Amino acid sequence: MKKELITLNINGDDYEIAVYPWRTLNEVLRDQLHLTGTKLGCGTGDCGACTVHIDDQSVSSCLTLAVEVEGHKITTIEGLAPQAVANSELENCELNPIQESFVNKGAIQCGFCTPGMIMSSKFLLDHTPNPSEAEIRAGLSGNLCRCTGYNKIVDAIADAAEKI
Amino acid sequence: MSLPQFTFLMPTSLSEACSLLEEHQGKIKIKAGGTDMIVRLSHRAVKPDFLMALKKIPDLNQISYSPEAGLNIGALALLREVEISPIVLEQAPMLARAARATATVQIRNMGTVMGNVCNASPSADNIPTLVAMNAVIVASSGDQEREIPIDEFFLGPGRSALQANEIATAIKVPKVAAKTGVSYQKISPRSKVDIAAVNIGAMITLDKANKCEAVRISMGAVGPTPLRAKQAEKYLLGKEITDETLAEAGRLAAEDASPITDVRANREYRKLMVEVLTTRALKEASSLAVNY
Ligand SMILES: Cc1cc2nc3c(=O)[nH]c(=O)nc-3n(C[C@H](O)[C@H](O)[C@H](O)COP(=O)(O)OP(=O)(O)OC[C@H]3O[C@@H](n4cnc5c(N)ncnc54)[C@H](O)[C@@H]3O)c2cc1C
Ligand code: FES
Ligand code: FES
Repeated sequence: MKKELITLNINGDDYEIAVYPWRTLNEVLRDQLHLTGTKLGCGTGDCGACTVHIDDQSVSSCLTLAVEVEGHKITTIEGLAPQAVANSELENCELNPIQESFVNKGAIQCGFCTPGMIMSSKFLLDHTPNPSEAEIRAGLSGNLCRCTGYNKIVDAIADAAEKI
Repeated sequence: MSLPQFTFLMPTSLSEACSLLEEHQGKIKIKAGGTDMIVRLSHRAVKPDFLMALKKIPDLNQISYSPEAGLNIGALALLREVEISPIVLEQAPMLARAARATATVQIRNMGTVMGNVCNASPSADNIPTLVAMNAVIVASSGDQEREIPIDEFFLGPGRSALQANEIATAIKVPKVAAKTGVSYQKISPRSKVDIAAVNIGAMITLDKANKCEAVRISMGAVGPTPLRAKQAEKYLLGKEITDETLAEAGRLAAEDASPITDVRANREYRKLMVEVLTTRALKEASSLAVNY
């Protein structure tokens, strides 16, 4: 079967790629474009590790077909702190305030859930700048963490909300 | 797991989409948000040769209201859009509650209310309220359109009254009558992000003396399709709304439920919850009706 030639706009850059129509956005990001900040956990929409934004809406990249998001604005975790990605010297790079809060509040252990958590946090704070604890927890309802425990993550988001 | 191979189709009009359905009958599946369909593909529960996305068909995502036509929810309106739509919040807030009770933030940003309906899962979050509110599903075969009353839409788990060449284009919800209230109640093993073990939609209309003039109760996850609580409905007609009559209606609803035991709950617990949630739904609906 034939690959389709498509252009994906990811974090402001256009990528021209050939993809099979059954490839998910998650597969294309990770395996084809090597943007491995976006994780793959369950592959079935349950865990949130693969969360990205399409036109500023948080979605599961594991359930999104790459061919369907041509012409849309795709944002991945790499897009939140572009300088940090380009500049490997962590001292000098500027993180997004949500990332900074996750680091400062100890909301990261193994880090596997973190990109998804942060993309969900961003969607929450974009729409609810001063969330209550209940709203934070509801905003994270689609993201699972196996190690940090959710309290520190909730603290980190409350901390980020104050800064933004 | 990666998805099985398929040819991807993205028609730009309803008539084109319906002729593709006609042409590839038996080998084609429809995708709206894909939150059910992509999971089923990935599990190899379905292996269509063609997958057809609806997203390029214009005007299917609209939500509108007029007193004559009632509320109209287009097939591509997302769960999230219904959850926060000022029109839905104004005209049918319980539909917004049901949408909000569905899945996770990300899934609500992708999935549609119509997909939830067409998927025809007995436990679907958005179905009981739509049944209670006497919704109608508009189906199009390209050149022809028909309206399917929601009571006739569900044939079994995963099976709807749509023909192979039909696309559901909109959900129509009649304007809510005076002195009418609606409620949606759900219980699941986890408090959030879980498929319902039991869910109940109820709509009740009161007369001038606050007696029950009309009532519709829909029970989810307790049968192969959403079930109407017919005995409870019949019993309530003409009755005064008291704790006793509502408790009796709950008891009768449980009699009409035929749940199974599965991972989410056992049969006895489900029956008990039908009773509790029906009474709760009727209580909320009737208290809203008094002032509407
Ligand atoms: C992690 C996760 C959690 C979930 N939690 C819940 C939950 O709590 N409650 C719940 O009820 N559901 C839940 N779901 C199921 C699913 O998200 C919903 O059913 C959703 O509303 C489906 O909408 P969709 O647009 O994604 O449908 P799709 O997957 O695109 O389609 C679903 C079915 O309907 C058909 N279809 C869709 N649109 C049309 C149309 N216009 N005309 C004809 N046929 C059509 C498709 O062919 C398919 O068979 C969950 C799913 C996931 C992945
Ligand atoms: S990998 Fe997509 S939600 Fe788990
Ligand atoms: S930090 Fe390890 S899964 Fe969340």
